[in-house]
Amino acid sequence: MRQDLAHILRWIRPGARVLDLGCGNGEFLELLRDRRQVSGTGIEIDSDNITAAVARGLSILQQDLDAGLDNFPDQSFDTVVMAHALQAVHYPDRVLDEMLRIGREGIVTFPNFGHWQCRLHLASRGRMPVSRFMPYTWYDTPNIHFCTVRDFETLCAQKGIRILARDMVGNSASHALLANSWPNLFALTAIYHITR
Amino acid sequence: MTTTATAGSVGLVTAQTLHFDEPLALACGRSLDSYDIVYETYGELNADRSNAVLICHALSGHHHAAGRYRTDDRKPGWWEECIGPGKPIDTRRFFVVSLNNIGGCHGSTGPASINPGTGQPWGPDFPDLRVRDWVHSQARLADRLGIDCWAAVIGGSLGGMQAMRWALLYPDRLRHCVVIAAALRLSAQNLAFNEIARHAIEADPDFDNGHYLRNGKVPVRGLSLARMIGHITYLSDDAMADKFGRELRSGSLEQGATEAAEFQVQSYLRYQGSQFSESFDANTYILMTRALDYFDLAREYGDDPVAALENSRCRFLVVSFSTDWRFSPARSREIVDALIAARRDVTYVNIDASEGHDAFLMPIPRYLDVFSAYMQRVEADR
Repeated sequence: MRQDLAHILRWIRPGARVLDLGCGNGEFLELLRDRRQVSGTGIEIDSDNITAAVARGLSILQQDLDAGLDNFPDQSFDTVVMAHALQAVHYPDRVLDEMLRIGREGIVTFPNFGHWQCRLHLASRGRMPVSRFMPYTWYDTPNIHFCTVRDFETLCAQKGIRILARDMVGNSASHALLANSWPNLFALTAIYHITR
Repeated sequence: MTTTATAGSVGLVTAQTLHFDEPLALACGRSLDSYDIVYETYGELNADRSNAVLICHALSGHHHAAGRYRTDDRKPGWWEECIGPGKPIDTRRFFVVSLNNIGGCHGSTGPASINPGTGQPWGPDFPDLRVRDWVHSQARLADRLGIDCWAAVIGGSLGGMQAMRWALLYPDRLRHCVVIAAALRLSAQNLAFNEIARHAIEADPDFDNGHYLRNGKVPVRGLSLARMIGHITYLSDDAMADKFGRELRSGSLEQGATEAAEFQVQSYLRYQGSQFSESFDANTYILMTRALDYFDLAREYGDDPVAALENSRCRFLVVSFSTDWRFSPARSREIVDALIAARRDVTYVNIDASEGHDAFLMPIPRYLDVFSAYMQRVEADR
């Protein structure tokens, strides 16, 4: 299981209604169904991912996050999850608003561009970081809106979004304390539990 | 009923007929006192009768959805791509029931049948039918076959409308509703195409106000023209370009050529039209297009599709095809959005396909894959 998903699981109540934006092959929704008995719906655009998620017995909607979510009624889900998709949408700020309109709570994870390795790469080589964790080159990356932990929290403050909890994943399990103490430097993945 | 199954096919099949004597009250206010329904089944009904799937046919469809009657039949059933062992509707797992709707012309009671009151063919006096009448008659067929609850009711186009109506009229009698290339109701453009088709038939002198059978005639030209118009709307511009382009079947476009040029697409349309006019009843075509026109899932629910679909209890799969302009993806998304607002469990896929509305009959790999994946869930939900 991906580390960020294991962290999110703790914040989902048993039997909750969960909407997963950019659900991929449905790995996380399946986990939620099997461990938390949630009634889940996934939104995905990649056709192979959709077929894989349907094969897991999940309810999936083929829909483009960038085309809006106004077909979902206000407060129709308990939790709206977006794992590793915030940096790939056209308007991350609007998607955050929509998440908290549709759900009572939101859970967001994203790669932290402020990680020291990113900074070192950019500072020493003068080129956009490419690593095992961020494998794309600047011109073909789906990740068009990278941000740092500090950027995200500033946006939440501006929008009046409350951070209920946050958790940081570092390079390895032994770096958890480091990542949570100085997240903007040591978190590879930031995980936020938010509401309004 | 299946005798031999070749790889991927249900093999040889035979049609069966059930007679119904209890009058069926119809939406038009009249009733049908007795009627026959012809149907086929594929696969085996399991011990707890939980694996039955109903196939609802489209405008020109019928009960022969899969397999062949004789080994030398030129063509198999109309949905051979999707029904059979190892196919999306896997006959090793499901007991599949496929019928010819009443009002049809392939064996079930319809306008070409004899009206017991007059001893003559019903013709244009056959009662007007609506989608709900078919659903009620299908429920009686289910009763006779001992099926309390379908694992799934499945249909494309007009068949998808029947499947949705099932979900509202008999919410406890289906666990899944599969709606392929359908709509909550027809658009004005769709109504217009149907009107042209009916007009073509009615303008044929051999139509004789629908009484053609009395005089041993068939409005071949009108029916053929109706089918030609319909056929164009079932294909996409790209599909027609791929299939025919501007290829000539005969003649020449050279200046001074004496023989008139005939494009491949002309010859294809003529062939389709004439084949159809030999095998389909004109009054049935009129009846079926009217049922399509009248269908409006939400009308009796204050024109609110959300309020309508709140009456359903099943799960839904909705499928559309990117180049379908007769029942476009936007129409399917209206169904999906209403289901989301009604907080119903729905899966939606829009399949990239060049084949237009006809794509729902075609072996498009992604379509078959996601349909198969969903049907595995239907089986698991039994």
